[in-house]
Parts: sequence; structure tokens; C-alpha cells
Amino acid sequence: MDKPVRIRNIGIVAHIDHGKTTLSDSLLAGAGMISEELAGKQLFMDSDEEEQSRGITIDASNVSMVHEYEGQEYLINMIDTPGHVDFGGDVTRAMRAVDGAVVLVDAVEGPMPQTETVLRQALKEGVRPILFINKVDRLINELKVDETEMQIRLGKVIDKINKLIKGMNEEMYNQGWKLEAMNGSVAFGSALYKWAVSVPFMKTSNVSFKDVYEKCKNNDQKWLAKQSPLCAVILDMVVRHLPNPIDAQKRRINVIWHGDKESPEGKAMLTCDPSGPVALMVTDISFDPHAGEVATGRLFSGTLHRGLELFVMGTAKKGNRLQQVGVFMGPERVEVEKLLAGNIAAVTGLHDAIVGSTVTNLMDMTPFESIKHYSEPVMTVAVEAKNMKDLPKLVEVLRQVGKEDPTVKVTIHEETGEHLISGMGELHLEIITHRIKRDKGVEIVTSEPIVVYRETVTGVAGPVEGKSPNRHNRFYLVLSPLPDAIATLIRNGDISMNMPEVERRAVLMKAGLTKDEAKGLKDIQGTCVFLDMTKGVQYLNETMELVLEAFHEAIAGGPLADEPVQNMLVKLVDVKLHEDAIHRGPGQVIPAVRAAVKAGMLLGGDSLMEPYQKIQINVPADQMGNATSQIQGRRGQVFDIQSEGDSIAVIGKAPVAELFGFASELRSATEGRAMWSTEFAGFEVVPNNIVKDVVLAIRKRKGLKLEMPRPSDYIDGV
Amino acid sequence: MLTFVGLGLSDERDISVKGLACIRRATHLYLETYTSRLTGTSVERMEQCYGKPVIPVGREEIEQRPGEILDRAENGEVVLLCGGDPMVSTTHADLRLRAAARGIPTRIIHGASIASAVCGLTGLQNYRFGKSCSLPFPSKGWFPVTPLSTIRANLSRDLHTLVYLDITPDRCMTVGEGIVLLEEMARKEGIVPPAFYVGIARAGSAEPRVAAGPGEVLKEVDFGPPLHILAVPATLHDIEREYLEVFARP
Ligand SMILES: Nc1nc2c(ncn2[C@@H]2O[C@H](COP(=O)(O)OP(=O)(O)OP(=O)(O)O)[C@@H](O)[C@H]2O)c(=O)[nH]1
Ligand SMILES: [Mg+2]
Repeated sequence: MDKPVRIRNIGIVAHIDHGKTTLSDSLLAGAGMISEELAGKQLFMDSDEEEQSRGITIDASNVSMVHEYEGQEYLINMIDTPGHVDFGGDVTRAMRAVDGAVVLVDAVEGPMPQTETVLRQALKEGVRPILFINKVDRLINELKVDETEMQIRLGKVIDKINKLIKGMNEEMYNQGWKLEAMNGSVAFGSALYKWAVSVPFMKTSNVSFKDVYEKCKNNDQKWLAKQSPLCAVILDMVVRHLPNPIDAQKRRINVIWHGDKESPEGKAMLTCDPSGPVALMVTDISFDPHAGEVATGRLFSGTLHRGLELFVMGTAKKGNRLQQVGVFMGPERVEVEKLLAGNIAAVTGLHDAIVGSTVTNLMDMTPFESIKHYSEPVMTVAVEAKNMKDLPKLVEVLRQVGKEDPTVKVTIHEETGEHLISGMGELHLEIITHRIKRDKGVEIVTSEPIVVYRETVTGVAGPVEGKSPNRHNRFYLVLSPLPDAIATLIRNGDISMNMPEVERRAVLMKAGLTKDEAKGLKDIQGTCVFLDMTKGVQYLNETMELVLEAFHEAIAGGPLADEPVQNMLVKLVDVKLHEDAIHRGPGQVIPAVRAAVKAGMLLGGDSLMEPYQKIQINVPADQMGNATSQIQGRRGQVFDIQSEGDSIAVIGKAPVAELFGFASELRSATEGRAMWSTEFAGFEVVPNNIVKDVVLAIRKRKGLKLEMPRPSDYIDGV
Repeated sequence: MLTFVGLGLSDERDISVKGLACIRRATHLYLETYTSRLTGTSVERMEQCYGKPVIPVGREEIEQRPGEILDRAENGEVVLLCGGDPMVSTTHADLRLRAAARGIPTRIIHGASIASAVCGLTGLQNYRFGKSCSLPFPSKGWFPVTPLSTIRANLSRDLHTLVYLDITPDRCMTVGEGIVLLEEMARKEGIVPPAFYVGIARAGSAEPRVAAGPGEVLKEVDFGPPLHILAVPATLHDIEREYLEVFARP
């Protein structure tokens, strides 16, 4: 814990059900942290009732263990992550805290859609992957492949994963991130039966592939577990191939933090310096019945101890005093005297922190890049307190929910008492609402889930004139779709308002903006960008905050259906302001700009976008037709059909709006023989022939005027 | 016909005789309530005194929905009562323009204005005032420093500044608050705040309060109930100084 070179911070990531939690349990047991009986069967680490009854992991959990390698002891901090796509936000966040990832692949299923997604998230965060091919026992006992076939199949998995890594980050692939069985960056085994093999380990254990095959076949996996224990093989691989915090931070800080590298905090983080300023990124917040709110995160520099006063960036500049400073020992959180850079910390007392917060002892520091989850909320439920007396409590609980899970969007309507929770999918919302009842004891009534839409502008509009109510202030805006190159930069986190301005300007100009445009960048909100193209307008400086406030309000709900706006570029091209400050206050500026944005969207061609889900269905060949029609019958589209031996993978996409009840219908259509997975596939324009119905249905639900909006609803003279 | 009638400064009896005659003829009587406020009276007392219902209208109604007032002015005799002198406020100029655009005849009956009342109460000479400015209550993300720039620009040309203090539906800025805000602006800009102020409260009433002095002194003075207004003098002429010494002791 005190020697960063002997720490490894790792995450276990994989497609759903490939055996992450079983592996984590087995490792903990192997390291003597929990008893053998507890591990595996009951899934010790899936401790939540809901996790137990559904057989899936919902929350990422932190554990740690000590492993001896070549005569030295190493501290392994490990995060077991969920595989269900609805809880993918936990994976994204965990990747910020760790430096290495054990990617699991089920030998029978092979790499699946979420395998690719989690791998991409790891690489995006600069996290190095190694591979464990799990459930080799099933390959032999259920698929009944022979020894050669077994090796061919395992080789294929490695090739596929390598192809993915190469495609995602060729530079690192060439610099040694290519996975190879020979050098021991790949292991094979069974998490359930607690054995694993790797080529380097084979040299000392003398266990060969032939032994693997025969022992599995002859039902003697115990022998394998004894000769070639899972824990030793995997943790050896972790220590050898995954970087320690010092090596990792040298590289990763450049990816996850865009502040000045020469500043004291920049230097300290690059070297993982325990005597530098504190830089902690909160990646998880959970509730402990005894200690209260526990914030878990990665300490990139500095040292934590009880009583230290820290500041949470982006909140009121009031110090938060650390109460407990802890780490995970096995599955327990234990308090320590002090904690040095390079560790995963679990602390209490950070009242102002939310998941994603940057915490420091400096008065100010550039925050870490926000942790961007690839998927956006696609579904919403409305919740209301069943009992009047719970009204205030529900608001508090909902705020807490938003704090703990940034992939949830909570909208609180104190006036109506009908609050909205948007999340990744049906299961996500079901779990959240269930936990509000179970853990927080608030009885709630929940609506059926509804789809989240987006609005965007499809053509160019303007200059659109927005007039203030007193008509003395005028704002001229040009709206257009955001160029793809810029949208991609934002999505990949390659551009943000945190970057030094010069650097940001260079990136934007490379993406095609002119020098003036790049200079005028004032704000990025989601994928909406605001540029100030005016020159030398008097008083604009002290009015800009209000203009941006109005921009935020306008993009929070577009004119068509009051749904969030995306992919829009707004340019302020001219402004006229009243000389006297009192005539250009918030009450004048905000409505003027807001109206211009909304009218502009309608003039430029506002369109409604709906979320799509990518769907992969794996079925036996004779069920292919049933699978494709399940996609096509839902306004969907099949774009690939791959045959893999006896099974067929049907790949396509369909709008979320049509996917309610998909699981049960697919099951009955394919006699329960389909395996399927879905994944967020972005927003697409709602087809013309139904857009009016959809818009009016949303407007009706929201109590908006029941007709299609016109520009003249917002501004005069159009 | 739309007639703008200035009510003067303090209560329902500051109106001119001509103004009163217009009210007598009016079919509809509106009272604008946001650019200024007659603190010495109330809507009820006006109704009693003028013998007609008075319809108070806020900023929103006049700026965003002037339709009703103009419709009525098209067919009847509408009077819009305004504190002080009507056209000192820019919004009324706008309303007059809108009326003209619809072919509605308009007329103005002037009332006493704070701009001249301040000269009388403080002795600061009218011809020595530069641009005036208003001082708004700051709000989230908005703290304009224009008022201070205006004062400085005037001072650099040795001109006095009249500073209108913000009036919102729920509060009226006091002299003390105004000085604090100006000092805050100076801090923000890294410059020295004005050294000397004159505060005026309840101009036009039977009990006005006028006091002159440096910021730290005036901030402690209790000016009493609203409305307050502030003047930032340039160098004082002898008579101006003497006048302040006699009539504006803190
Ligand atoms: N035969 C066999 N079954 C395994 C092995 N590893 C895991 N399993 C089984 O696979 C199922 C899923 O295992 P989990 O560990 O819950 O999988 P997970 O990846 O954590 O699942 P999520 O967290 O929900 O994504 C369980 O029934 C395990 O017993 C293995 O090596 N061999
Ligand atoms: Mg799991």
C-alpha cells in the first residue's frame, strides 16, 4: 500500500454472465480473504438480494488481496464490474479508477457485443487489457470438442480480441498490448472450478493442454485446481503484465486530465507523488448503514488522512473534512492512518462530492475529464410518493440517486410532485425504483417506462433575431447541425472546456473550424456548441453568462416536444444591448436568446430523434427466420447474419420505442433457444410518416399545446 | 387616445390639475408599477381620490402584452399613470411608438421628476450631471459593472452621476446597498471606488432625507423607508458644497 510499484489496480470486465463475479470470488478465496465455501456457488460478491435472485451483478464492487510473486508481496485492488448493459455506467467509472483490466471471455460463447464495448472503454481510459478465457470446462464437457478443436477455438478468441484492440488503439497494440499466449498475457481456465493455465505457468506446473483436456473430460478438475490454481495463474499474470500506478499514470494522466502538465498537481499526478497536492477522482458513491455516504475513488497524487480539508471542484468553495480514510481489505472496508497516491481510496466526509467529482486540497485545480458513458438514458419513468408525508423525503432520495449513478438523469418537479427518472433501460429503472422502496423506505407509485427523445436541427437557420421583452436588446443567432468531426471530438472526450484555450483552439481548427470560430468557443453542453462570433460588442462580456444560461435552457428542451437537443452549433453573430444595465438583466436577455434558439430550430428544420438499440440474437440455424422477423417487425433492420458453426448470429437494430416486450416475444418465437443482447446505438431521426403522431403524443403527455409549434410562437416577423 | 400622466414623486396628490382632468375623462385608468413607485400612497387611496378603479400593470403586461391597453385606447380614453415624469422611462417611449404605429393618438401630461428633484434636494447643479445609470440587484451569473464605468466616465469629465437604485416587486435597493455594490464592482475591476456620495430618500414627500459623505459614513446612515436614490458628485462648486453642508448632514 505504501509502495506504488507493488500495487496493481485492476478491473474485471466482460459480457454478461461470462463469469466475472465467479472469478473475483475465486480469487478472493484463493488469496485467503474469504472461505472457499463462500466463493463461487453463492457468489459472495453479489451480496445484494436483487443480485442474488437475478443472478447478475448490478453494482461494481471493490475488493483487495495480497499476492506473492517472485518473493515479493503485491497489493491487488480489484473491481468486479457488472456485465448487463443497463449497468454499463459502473464499468465506465471503474475504468477510471484502475490501470489494468482482466477481460473475460466465455470459451463457449466467444467475444460478445459487451466484450467489445468494455474493451473499448478500457482502452479509452488508457487501461491495459489482459485476457482470461473462462469456462473452458464447458467447451469440453458441453460442446464436446476434441483437444485440437479446443486449441483452435481458444486461438480464435485471442485473434478476435487482438483484432479489436488493434482496431481501437493501434499504437498501443504495436507497443506491446497485443495479447499472446506465449508471453503469458492470456490465460485459460475455469473460474467456477478454480483452475487456470498460462504458457509461462505451464513451465513450472508441468500442466499441459493435454492434461486440461483429459482432466476436464474425466471429471477431475480438482486435480487441475491443485496443480494449477486459478488464483496463482491469474494474479501472476496481473502482476507481470498490468502496470503499477507509477508507470500507468505517466501515460494515463495525459488521457484523463487536460490541465497544465507543468503545474504542481500536473507534475505530481504524472509521477504518482504522495507528497504532491491531493488529486482524487471519485468513481463510486455508496451508502453504508454505519458510516453513511462512502466515496470511492482513485488517488492520483498526494496523501489522505483523517481530518484533511479537501475541496470538491465545481461546488461552492467550502472545504469538506475527511472523516474516515479507508481501503478495501478483502471485501471489507478498513480504516487506515494515511493513504498514499496510487491507491483506490474509500473515504467518508466528502458531502459535496458526486460520482465524477475531482477532489483536491488546492483551492482550485482543473478537474479530471468527465467520465463519459457511451450510452445515454433512453427510458424514463415518472415516480410519485404514495404518501403525502414522504414528499420531501422522496426529493432527497432522488437527489441521492442522481449523485450515486451519473447514468441516471433525475428531473425533480417540486410543484407537481411527479418526478422523472431516466435510465439505461427497463431493468436499470426497475432496480432503481425497487431500491428506493427497499433501501430508503419510501413508498412510490411508478409509471410505465416511456422513451426518451432528442431534438436536433437539420438545416441552417438565421441570422434569427431574438428580441428582449423591452425590445431594447437584440441577439442574432445562426444555427446549424454540428459538424460530425466536432461531435466525434466531444464524444471521445478529445475536446472539453477544461483544456487550455490554445490547445483547444488547435484541436478545433484541425477538425475544420476557422480560427475565428475556434476562438469564439464559449460553451459545450452535451453535443451542443455555442460560438461567439461578434467582435467588440460593448457590455457583451458582462451579459455572456446570461446568454449561455438561455442557451442551456433552450437546449434542455427543444421547441417540438421539449426534449433535450443534441448535435447543434449555435453562433452568436451580432448583438445590440441597452446601455443601461437595468434594461439588460436576466429578465430581458434570457427570454430573448431562448426564443431565438427555439425559433431558429424550427426555421432550420427541427427533427425528433429516437434512441435505437443494436441487437444481436444468437440462435440455432433453424430459428434464424424467427429471429430476423423479431427485429424487422419492430421498424428494425437486420444488417448482418454471421454463422458460427451450428449457431447463427443475427445482428441488427431497432428503435427502443418498439422494443417493449421484446424479450418475452423473442423467447416464445424461438422456443426459448435464442440468446440475445442489446446495446445503445445512438439516436436517429423519427421517420417522417410518424413524426407528427409521436410529437403530439409527447406534447399531450407533457401538457403542451396540442399542435405542431411554429417559429412565430417564439419570435415576431416570421 | 392614450394619455401618459405623470404622477409626480410621492402620493396621489402630486398630480397636476391637467392630469386630474384627464383622469376624469378616462374610460380606463392603468397604473404602471415597475419603473417607479409612489411610496406615499396606495392603489386604494388613488381609487378613492380619483373616483375610478385603477388597474395596476407590471413590466410583463406592458412589454409583452400591450395589446389590451392599446385596444382600449383605440376606442376609448386610456390613461396610463406613471410615477415621476412619464417619458423618463424608456419603456414608455416604446409603448408610445407602438400606439403611433397603430394610429392611436397619444399625449403626455408631465409630472415632477426625480431627476430635477435631486437637484433641488442636494443643490447639485442640473447642468453638471453627466449620463445617469441604474444599479440593478445582481443575480446568478450576472453582475454588470457598467454602473461603475458610467460613474468613472462622468468623473473623468468632472460631471456628477445620478444612480437609480433597483426596484423589484419584493424589494427596493437602499443607499447603503447601492454603495456596497459599487464598492464590490471596484474590487472586481481592481480600482478605487468613488470617495463621496449623496444619498436621497423619499424625494417629494413631507419627510425627505438627504445625506452626503464618504462611503463608510453613508453606509451607516439609516435613510428610512423607500424610495432611495444615489448621486455621485464630481468636484463640488462652492455653492454646492455649502448647500450640502447645510441641507445634507449625515
Ligand atoms: N461451467 C462453468 N460455469 C461458470 C464458470 N464461471 C462462471 N460460471 C457460471 O456462469 C454463470 C455466471 O457467472 P457470474 O460469475 O455471475 O458471471 P458475471 O460475469 O459476473 O455475470 P454479470 O455480473 O451478471 O455480468 C454462473 O452460473 C456461474 O456459475 C466456469 O468456469 N465454468
Ligand atoms: Mg457478476
